[in-house]
Amino acid sequence: MTRQVSVGRTVAWILLFVLLIVTLFPFYWMLRTAFSDNTQLPGHPNSLLPVETTLGAFKRVLGLASIEEAQAQGGSGAAVNFWLYLRNSLVVATITTVCQVFFSAMAAYAFARLRWPGRDKVFALFLAALMVPPIFTTLPNFVLIKNLGLLNSFAGIILPGAFMTPFAIFFLRQFFLSINRELEEAAMIDGAGHRRIFFGLIIPMSAAPIATLAILTYINSWNDYFWPLLVGQQENVRVLTVALGVFRSQTPQGGPDWAGLMAATLIAALPMIILFLAFAKRITNSIGFSGIK
Amino acid sequence: MIFIAPATLGFVVFYIWPTLRGAYLSFTEYSLLSAPKFNGLANYERMVQDSFFWNALGVTVEYVVINIGVQTVLAVGIAMLMYRLTKSITVRAVILAPYLVANVVVALVWYWMLDVQVGIVNTFLGWVGIDPVAFFGDSHWAIPTVAGINVWRHMGYTALLVFAGLQTIPKYVYEAAEVDGSTEWKTFWRITLPLLRPVLVMVLVVTMIGSFQIFDTVAVTTQGGPINATRVIYYYIYERAFTRFDFGYASAMALVLFAILAVVSLLQLRLLRAKESDLA
Repeated sequence: MTRQVSVGRTVAWILLFVLLIVTLFPFYWMLRTAFSDNTQLPGHPNSLLPVETTLGAFKRVLGLASIEEAQAQGGSGAAVNFWLYLRNSLVVATITTVCQVFFSAMAAYAFARLRWPGRDKVFALFLAALMVPPIFTTLPNFVLIKNLGLLNSFAGIILPGAFMTPFAIFFLRQFFLSINRELEEAAMIDGAGHRRIFFGLIIPMSAAPIATLAILTYINSWNDYFWPLLVGQQENVRVLTVALGVFRSQTPQGGPDWAGLMAATLIAALPMIILFLAFAKRITNSIGFSGIK
Repeated sequence: MIFIAPATLGFVVFYIWPTLRGAYLSFTEYSLLSAPKFNGLANYERMVQDSFFWNALGVTVEYVVINIGVQTVLAVGIAMLMYRLTKSITVRAVILAPYLVANVVVALVWYWMLDVQVGIVNTFLGWVGIDPVAFFGDSHWAIPTVAGINVWRHMGYTALLVFAGLQTIPKYVYEAAEVDGSTEWKTFWRITLPLLRPVLVMVLVVTMIGSFQIFDTVAVTTQGGPINATRVIYYYIYERAFTRFDFGYASAMALVLFAILAVVSLLQLRLLRAKESDLA
């Protein structure tokens, strides 16, 4: 009996181990390819180490190589500048996160603590919006942004997500409801208004969930593809995800620039990987905790 | 009142108003250049006869079935493995990692790994004597491939949701089963799975709604091809709206998609009795 169990456990451990390999291998392969020489890749498809290790691919996608150099190394020679796209992604994700979390926190406070007529009905309406598939609102939103003359501007990319998402309000409201009322009542008696209570009490006490929400919002915003694809095609506001799609479609003669493409995906993924390494515990726990996003 | 003002502004302008306007646009002919022209049910009549629409719907359903089927089974398996073997946060974090990388990035990495000529996966297949598979180029393989890629990205996330559900099952239930001499396998089918049902239903509803909205992966890899094999509904709507500027028709299809999602979610909640737990 004991032996059987331990055999079972061994098999289970092997399965888990295989699973971790399957999860991690694509990340490794991205790294391995990005540091390879693109012209040499087809000759060594199964080399575990980079083929002819070089930084050429990174130079190409960061716009540091001349057209001739890029083409000689198997690039398309088209002008790409992932520094610029990196900056654009940083601008979009940062502004979106700060505004969305802040405004959502204010609304969540109003839903959790303030008394006003129709509050619960309005909250139900906010939650119902979670059901509407994004493409349905995206089409009219595109028309709106276009009519406002905001196509190909940061404002156009950022605005729809800047004020709130139903999820963010729902998430924070749960935490605000769990905060002890006594402290607030004491503050009220001392003559503090809602503004002081919100900034001086609620926000500091909810620093942890607010940080978690901010990280999740940042990741979502960074990874978003559909909306920036529609309203931010132009190079000066093009974010990384959109740039990757464009780069992939610029296939050079003689076969795709795989090394360049992997270098570019690495640049797009790296900030999220770093963020994840820094906050792995917080992010992982938030998924168990908030239940279902 | 000032607290709710910004959120309400955003909600009304970017959620409520577009929802109403989208519904209206679905009854119009609208090319962005001139004002929308009301045309009654014409868009819906056209949809019924549009073979591309039905194809898109069929392809999407095929995608959802494969994606959700494989993903849910794997996620429950992974969650069980973690639950029984280790509470390690590192293992959980690694499992979650793919979910934090953009769809576009994931799609492109697999696009490279699955390349028919130099992709590493075909090299592996070669070692066990399987001829190279054109994962994206073969119309039979394209949808399972796209579905598989997204299983890889989402299975860890889904597993963590299930894992959280597993932890709500009280220990004494298992102890009782052990006393009764139940085997591990039997315990899983008779106790764990039934008690997990409410969590599982919620996970299914949420992941399925997401799955119907597959776009990014298709957009950067196959772009609907080969020969419509991966032209999923989201992609078809996108094409109609943004390459043909057929906004009225696109809105009508988006509204139908909305209705389908609502019906599917309600059915799941109903049929699987989500709110009832077997834990008395």
